[in-house]
Amino acid sequence: MEALFLLIPLSLCIVALALWIFFRADDSGQFDDLDGPGMRLLHDDDSAEERSDQF
Amino acid sequence: MDAALNYNYKIVRQFTIATVAWGAIGMLAGVFIAAQLAWPALNFDIAWLSYGRLRPLHTNAVIFAFGINGLFATSYYVVQRTCQVRLFSDTLSAFTFWGWQAVLVLATITLPMGFTRGKEYAELEWPIALLITVVWVIYAIVFFGTLIKRKVKHIYVANWFFGAYIIAVALLHVVNGAAMPVSAWKSYSAYAGVQDAMIQWWYGHNAVGFILTAGYLGMVYYFIPKQAERPVYSYRLSIVHFWALIFTYMWAGPHHLHYTALPDWTQSIGMVFSLILLAPSWGGMINGMMTLSGAWHKLRTDPILKFMIVSLSFYGMATFEGPMMSIKTINALSHYTDWGIAHVHAGALGWVGFITMGSIYYLIPRLSGRKEMWSVRLVDLHFWVATLGIVLYIASMWIAGVMQGLMWRAVNADGTLTYTFVESVKATYPYYVIRFTGGFLYLGGMLLMAYNTFQTMRGTVSRDATIPALSPLPA
Repeated sequence: MEALFLLIPLSLCIVALALWIFFRADDSGQFDDLDGPGMRLLHDDDSAEERSDQF
Repeated sequence: MDAALNYNYKIVRQFTIATVAWGAIGMLAGVFIAAQLAWPALNFDIAWLSYGRLRPLHTNAVIFAFGINGLFATSYYVVQRTCQVRLFSDTLSAFTFWGWQAVLVLATITLPMGFTRGKEYAELEWPIALLITVVWVIYAIVFFGTLIKRKVKHIYVANWFFGAYIIAVALLHVVNGAAMPVSAWKSYSAYAGVQDAMIQWWYGHNAVGFILTAGYLGMVYYFIPKQAERPVYSYRLSIVHFWALIFTYMWAGPHHLHYTALPDWTQSIGMVFSLILLAPSWGGMINGMMTLSGAWHKLRTDPILKFMIVSLSFYGMATFEGPMMSIKTINALSHYTDWGIAHVHAGALGWVGFITMGSIYYLIPRLSGRKEMWSVRLVDLHFWVATLGIVLYIASMWIAGVMQGLMWRAVNADGTLTYTFVESVKATYPYYVIRFTGGFLYLGGMLLMAYNTFQTMRGTVSRDATIPALSPLPA
């Protein structure tokens, strides 16, 4: 199964990369607040602004 | 006014319109080939219209045209709104739009002509595959460039899902796309035999995992809370959901190759990883559903929310059914039958289709300076017509699939097969007609959406929204 000689190392690299990204994000405080960001989303008012260009 | 003070809504609007238009085209192709299965005379003896050529056109149009245009639109919208900055580059994002439409137009021309690499969901020949690579790299630059210049420190969970989908697609496409061209429109895969099959289904199932799952979960975590006006049930769980999917998804592919020349242990690994996937999938599904807790009454009046929540229930169904079908003994019955078609369409029509439609319905008024869609009743009608269509489609294909599996394996006392293959085809005819009806209804819903979109956007021009001042959030 030569295909696995490519796919398995590739998967291990991806997992290593994912782990690196995860710990980096965690160390930089991305996951310190796991309640606020959900609330914050609702503070962003993205309803359409009144516009004058309609006819 | 300085463009940097605004969000780039123009690009989102372009991709939104493209999503609706390609959706109608891709579903029309699907309904036509469904009709061909019931009434083969619809081939008209024209090679261009034959099932074998139009089937990849249908799958490419619904996944890469409807599906990915929808992901472009929503990811560009979400990354801007949650990072509170304009897209990294207007020129590059415009390139992703026109480049991607070029890929789709080329696909629409070359597939009916019979140019294909013969790999499911990776049919497009090498010149188009190269163009896809270029567009995708630019997409990654625009998306991650925007993330890097964000003004909000926290990266909202939806962006993690979109980011993973963009990286994974690049990787899958490059590995499975490795080929040796022999002429302008013909190439040979770099891998041979069962090696090629393994690479193909590593690609194929991870495309399901990272486009059709991770990408649309990005939509779930932004558009459901926004439409329900409730924060996601557990933000913590959404982060766990993301990392659990990332670490477990990659090895489900071999379940597409049960009982083939693939080594037995590889098949078993594929099965085990597929079963593991049930946990993060259902965690995410429940998290999305429970976002509505305390707001269930909104489902009575809000058809957009109906699309989103029903989408999650189909996600739950498909992610239960999938691991179950990957169990080898069940796969022995289900594989190569229409049960597979039922499973795929529960995911495609129910999950991917509905979450995309819900999110696009959310976006259209906001991109047109309107309060809501031109007709909310038409959105509701779309929902019911499409839901009925899905039920007819899936139920008929489930029955047909199990029936085929049982007929194919039935043996007489003397060990001979009870049924010839053609007898199973004949027995499937009524279910093909029901499936066509279901698909026709689903297409009808999509056409209602296109009409509603046209009426909502008619006479409006694209205007970028102002980026609001950063609101200090109480810690």
